Amino acid sequence: MTEPSDALRNGPSDSPREGPLSAPLEISFDYTRSLGPVLSQFMTALADRQILGSKSADGRVHVPPAEYDPVTFAPPEELVPVGPDGTVQTWSWQPAPRDGQPLNRPFAWALIRLDGADTGLLHAVDGGSPDAMRTGMRVRPRWAAQRSGSIRDIECFEPAQGPAAAADAADRATAVDQNGRVPIEMITTPIRLRYQHTASAEESRYLRGLAEGKIVGQRCPACGKVYVPPRGACPVDGVPTSTDVELPDTGTVTTFCVVNVPFQGQRVKVPYVAASVLLDGADIAFQHLVLGCDPGEVRMGMRVRAVWKPRDQWGTTAENIDHFEPTGEQDAPYESYAHHL
Amino acid sequence: MTSGAQMPDVAVVGFVEAPNVRRTDGTTNGVEMLVPIFAEVLEQTGLSRRDIGFWCSGSSDYLAGRAFSFVSAVDAIGAFPPVMESHVEMDAAWALYEAWIKVLTGEADVALAYGFGKSSAGDLRRVLALQLDPYVAAPLWPDSVGIAALQCRLGLDAGFWGERDMAEVAVRARAAAMANSRAQLAGTVTADELLSAPYLADPLRAHDCAPVTDGAAVVVIAAADRARELCDRPAWISGFEHRIDSGQLGARNLCAAPSANAAGSAAGADGVDAAELHAPFTHQEIILRSALGLPGSVRVNASGGALAANPMFAAGLARIGHAARQVMSGAADRALGHATSGPALQQNLVCVMEAG
Repeated sequence: MTEPSDALRNGPSDSPREGPLSAPLEISFDYTRSLGPVLSQFMTALADRQILGSKSADGRVHVPPAEYDPVTFAPPEELVPVGPDGTVQTWSWQPAPRDGQPLNRPFAWALIRLDGADTGLLHAVDGGSPDAMRTGMRVRPRWAAQRSGSIRDIECFEPAQGPAAAADAADRATAVDQNGRVPIEMITTPIRLRYQHTASAEESRYLRGLAEGKIVGQRCPACGKVYVPPRGACPVDGVPTSTDVELPDTGTVTTFCVVNVPFQGQRVKVPYVAASVLLDGADIAFQHLVLGCDPGEVRMGMRVRAVWKPRDQWGTTAENIDHFEPTGEQDAPYESYAHHL
Repeated sequence: MTSGAQMPDVAVVGFVEAPNVRRTDGTTNGVEMLVPIFAEVLEQTGLSRRDIGFWCSGSSDYLAGRAFSFVSAVDAIGAFPPVMESHVEMDAAWALYEAWIKVLTGEADVALAYGFGKSSAGDLRRVLALQLDPYVAAPLWPDSVGIAALQCRLGLDAGFWGERDMAEVAVRARAAAMANSRAQLAGTVTADELLSAPYLADPLRAHDCAPVTDGAAVVVIAAADRARELCDRPAWISGFEHRIDSGQLGARNLCAAPSANAAGSAAGADGVDAAELHAPFTHQEIILRSALGLPGSVRVNASGGALAANPMFAAGLARIGHAARQVMSGAADRALGHATSGPALQQNLVCVMEAG
């Protein structure tokens, strides 16, 4: 297949038919939440192996407790112990447990109405197989060895055999004494999500260009403006930017700031300059570092050139350009970049 | 007007959905799916971008795996010089609701709502756990299919529906989708064939669950005078309501959808010829028909519905768009579009439209 005679696309590894660049992306962070008075009591009790429900004015007991009654919106009158045994109201089978779920072998999701409660609690039942599961079956909690005041303090529910264990209640009493019921007021929920992140076709050409030491922008077919990095669509006209334009690695500082504040992960020693650099021929400035001179010398209109990392360190990344440095040319006149500020 | 009520002020005048597919190679900010459908809907209505007085989108950062993904999507609308624009972190049917209010208040005479979702980028069933109660449910990472299956079994046990009823919903959806070139899942199957498949999450089989879809949709609405200029037969909005049930799954009546019933009553669901129901699971179509009081004579999901294509954050808007299309084409005089959000039909929106 012959490539279009476009000097910007004729790299040996590049082809318009090559798919967009994509890479796995894992996002992880913790949500830390305050519990409020009702859920604080619920979670504190879970750490002591006790399940509480909220009693509304109509006598209905909600488990998990409702901070406000779903019908009357009134706060609960009191929290009362329920269970520990309960009845499966409905269940579904999870044949292939997913990351983070209560069990790592096949299990059932269920709504469980604990004895003394009027609503169902969502949790897992270690039922063995779907054939062993049925609506109406009796289950009881299996407590996690380590408890912190979380719904995960209940590892799962399991089929109940015999009367609710008296020994368990004794254990619990001991645990209560040991913990002294220090109220648990916060929970931390770790979130981890995996994606396959895909760059746009335009970004991919830009990134592949960088891997060959080129800076490839794109021109809007409607207004003629050149965007770098290319954006996929012109924000003025809303049409795809389809024409590639190779840009030089020289440009003009349109505006800048001197960074004096150290922060975690900073890779340059303060003070240094972060600047908006308008590459020659581009219509939108992009941010980069200006090094190689005293920060006090950097000014609007200063001419700069890209300093590339050694070629053997190049990849499909903007980090191939380590920073910009002054060229020593005369400053660009203000009018030449005034409308790019 | 069929109801004799006051002439509605706002009408749907245009609708386009992107091809619904299992996987696109575009970005999660939706630009690649949106640029072509914006062009298509503007051509359909004869509008230019500058005629749109208000833009409103529906999408989700959790689905996209990046913060402020909807801001990148704004590139697709050509937002310079600045435009009036807003966003909801939910199905774009709710973006259309915001746009409708904007037109009713007179702040815009033409408004456009759009939704997009690239579900293939992540694990949708896992991502959806993050819409649950963050204290007592989400930390268990319950997946969306497992929760819908809990709802399904309640109805099976109560005798409200059977597995064959559910399979027949899937059969009808796929057959209807054969007339929708942008549907993802279409074809001729029998209930017996479907019922011979193993369970995906007992009691749900794969055919009971909407496919995972990448897609986008756009709907244009206009105030009275503009609507008549833009469309031969505008779909006048005669009722537009949304309601929500408790966030506590176990405290809800899961076999009914009280919030769908309430939204339907308030919006005036009676007397429609056609309905598009946003039911990502077969048993949920059965619940919704009942909650909205739709008799058997009503044509349901001529597009194939969410069982034929379920682009997250766009499928509800697309239901309203397909219902509007029934009115605009003359196939219906009065049609209903429904959208849902949250687990097991927790939140429901109903938009009723009629010919002028």
